Amino acid sequence: MSSAPARSAEVLVRPPAARRIPGETGIWVLVLGDMSVFALFFATFMYSRGRNPQAFAAAHSDLSASLGTINTVLLLTSSLMVALAVNDVMSGESHRASRLFGAALACGGGFIAVKAVEWTHLFIEGRTATSSGYFQFYFMLTGIHLGHVVIGMVVLSRLIFVTRRAQELGPSRRMLCEVGGIFWHMVDLLWVVLFALFYLVR
Amino acid sequence: MTVSRRLALVWIGLLALTFSSAVIGFEQRGGFEAQATLIVIGIALFKARLIGMHYMDLRSAPVALRIVFDGYLFVVFTVLVMIDLVVRP
Repeated sequence: MSSAPARSAEVLVRPPAARRIPGETGIWVLVLGDMSVFALFFATFMYSRGRNPQAFAAAHSDLSASLGTINTVLLLTSSLMVALAVNDVMSGESHRASRLFGAALACGGGFIAVKAVEWTHLFIEGRTATSSGYFQFYFMLTGIHLGHVVIGMVVLSRLIFVTRRAQELGPSRRMLCEVGGIFWHMVDLLWVVLFALFYLVR
Repeated sequence: MTVSRRLALVWIGLLALTFSSAVIGFEQRGGFEAQATLIVIGIALFKARLIGMHYMDLRSAPVALRIVFDGYLFVVFTVLVMIDLVVRP
């Protein structure tokens, strides 16, 4: 008799839906740390732009906004593919996950190809990291970001390999997919802000 | 609504925001730069929030982590807009 009320009390205090840290704590330390470093870059860029408005506005018009937009679409699409793949893996239906990770990897390759075209055009026109303050920021920040894209693509390649065979993955491999996904989304998130600052703000 | 459908709808929203902010960025003319800057940065950080909440799955994360993430976006938005308003001669 006495155990019944105790049980219902236990049910009442239990949270309705258990909240959990996506991936693991370590990836959030890395992601938020990386995002904070980029926040300092963003602020420094805006400060320099405020000090040299004419020079920055003139250099801004040398960038191809359509190439920047294509790259944004590529990364947003790759993020959708990764989010769908991780959702499949977490719900135990990982049969199409490797194809989705593959599609995301292809979008990442497309991003690098577009960047290569863009940088080649700029180099031919004599725009390099030393040609102006604006291009110093542009090449440094998009270069560091490109490094993140390459690291993300290595991670995606590993995830394709991990999800290729097994129908249902164990807890450690599921977490690997989730952690790799969070890193890739951070690469996308940082680009979204870089796109706004370099291509859209005048 | 299934999770896949929600993720796809977020993607459509992100693309719509990208094209809207691109149009605002391309079309800005004299006298409109300050407002355009504010709107473009605001849209970018709202997109970042959509990526965080839906793709990084922060919507089901502990409140503390969400506060840190939202706090980051709020601080970045405020600092960038303040710099634009104060430093611009």
